[in-house]
Amino acid sequence: MATQLLIGTRKGAWVYRDDGARHAWSVTGPLMLGQIINHFVQDPRDPKIQLIAAKTGHLGPTVFRSLDAGASWTEAKLPPAFPAGEAAGRAVAHTFWLQPGHASEPGVWWAGTSPPGLFVSDDNGATWESVDGFNSHPMYDKWVPADSGTPDGPLLNQIVIDPRDAAHMYIATSTGGVFESLDRGGSWAPLNRGVEANFMPDPYPDYGQDAHFIALAPTQPDRIWQQNHCGIYRLDRPGETWERIGNAMPREIGDIGFTITPHPRDANTAWVFPMDGTEVWPRTSPGGRPALYRTTDGGASWTRQDRGFPTEQGWFTVKRQAFCADQAAPIGLYLGTTGGEVWMSDDEGEAWRQIAAHLPEIYSVTAAPAP
Amino acid sequence: MNPVWIPSQLHAYTGGASRAWASGATIAAVLDDLDRQYPGLKFRVIDEQARVRPHMRLFVGKAPARDVRAAMADGEELMIFGALSGG
Repeated sequence: MATQLLIGTRKGAWVYRDDGARHAWSVTGPLMLGQIINHFVQDPRDPKIQLIAAKTGHLGPTVFRSLDAGASWTEAKLPPAFPAGEAAGRAVAHTFWLQPGHASEPGVWWAGTSPPGLFVSDDNGATWESVDGFNSHPMYDKWVPADSGTPDGPLLNQIVIDPRDAAHMYIATSTGGVFESLDRGGSWAPLNRGVEANFMPDPYPDYGQDAHFIALAPTQPDRIWQQNHCGIYRLDRPGETWERIGNAMPREIGDIGFTITPHPRDANTAWVFPMDGTEVWPRTSPGGRPALYRTTDGGASWTRQDRGFPTEQGWFTVKRQAFCADQAAPIGLYLGTTGGEVWMSDDEGEAWRQIAAHLPEIYSVTAAPAP
Repeated sequence: MNPVWIPSQLHAYTGGASRAWASGATIAAVLDDLDRQYPGLKFRVIDEQARVRPHMRLFVGKAPARDVRAAMADGEELMIFGALSGG
């Protein structure tokens, strides 16, 4: 089966499709040239459905939808938006994350925005509703302080749904860390014990962390991997205290980065793409030598994988949504850089090659079976 | 009716037209009528709290306008521009 990469950039979207063997890639695009594409996602429940989170330098945010595998696109009738006239006066600056709903809920999608907001659609993204359970939570102002934010604004940057239970959800934010809901978003509680926030007076607060990326181990959904602003963590539920598995990373590399990708079939295996978090936080490949680190033992140890990458002067930055795996055997790994390059490995990270260059700044890369 | 200048950023909604007509007693009402003709256009210009988006500019009779509650006289022109927004 062919694989396709849906690539969102600061200046539009592209689709790269392989030859069925992940050797040759053909390109379609640009789609929506000039639009800022934060996420471009295909529905695993119905591959004909694709959603794009877009805005432009001038225009406000919206969601584009395709129901025919990208052949045609229409705009959401009611894009994610906070309630009109609300006292807080919030307005969605951009939709950051698009999450297909649980397998038992076809047509349901979730969205995370900046400023942090949770939204849900039950009609494949045509209309969206504000999820009051988070957006109007009595603790919202504490979890999302008014002066918080990343350079691109404060984010609700991820939504994760337990594959065993549609009501069990996790969200990751840049302002409060990780939160859990057991009632399909109706109520939320912080889940950050043991996670450092070294930019706060109390470095281990209940909330206030910057959770860059979380992922459940697909074959063991009680295991959560997290790449945080302050390191790499793992949490095995029903436990509530995260373990800093990044402590096992080489000291000269550190455990700072934006992303973590679990193996789709092995709950002990995951990959990170470390970036330099020293002094002024360059967040480029440490030493100018890009590499992934893989653990096969739940984070007790890490192995460097850098064959094929530049061996010097390679200053890659890979953002939150720009690192992913496909489902093939052996699995393919894909990453997009802010310098507009796409790199892939078809042997679980052992060797890497560039498959695209000269794209605009890449914000997201998602892999999906070509419909 | 009021003439409306449509900037290039919104031509995807108007089929490439840079001129449109819409009616209303306020800027908001004119934009609502415009949105009825070109669904989705208004939200890209005005946020859910009725504020003009940061990199959009409105002019009524060539005077800058930021409050969409402002009155418009019949025949008065509403101009919509994309402001400078960096690279």
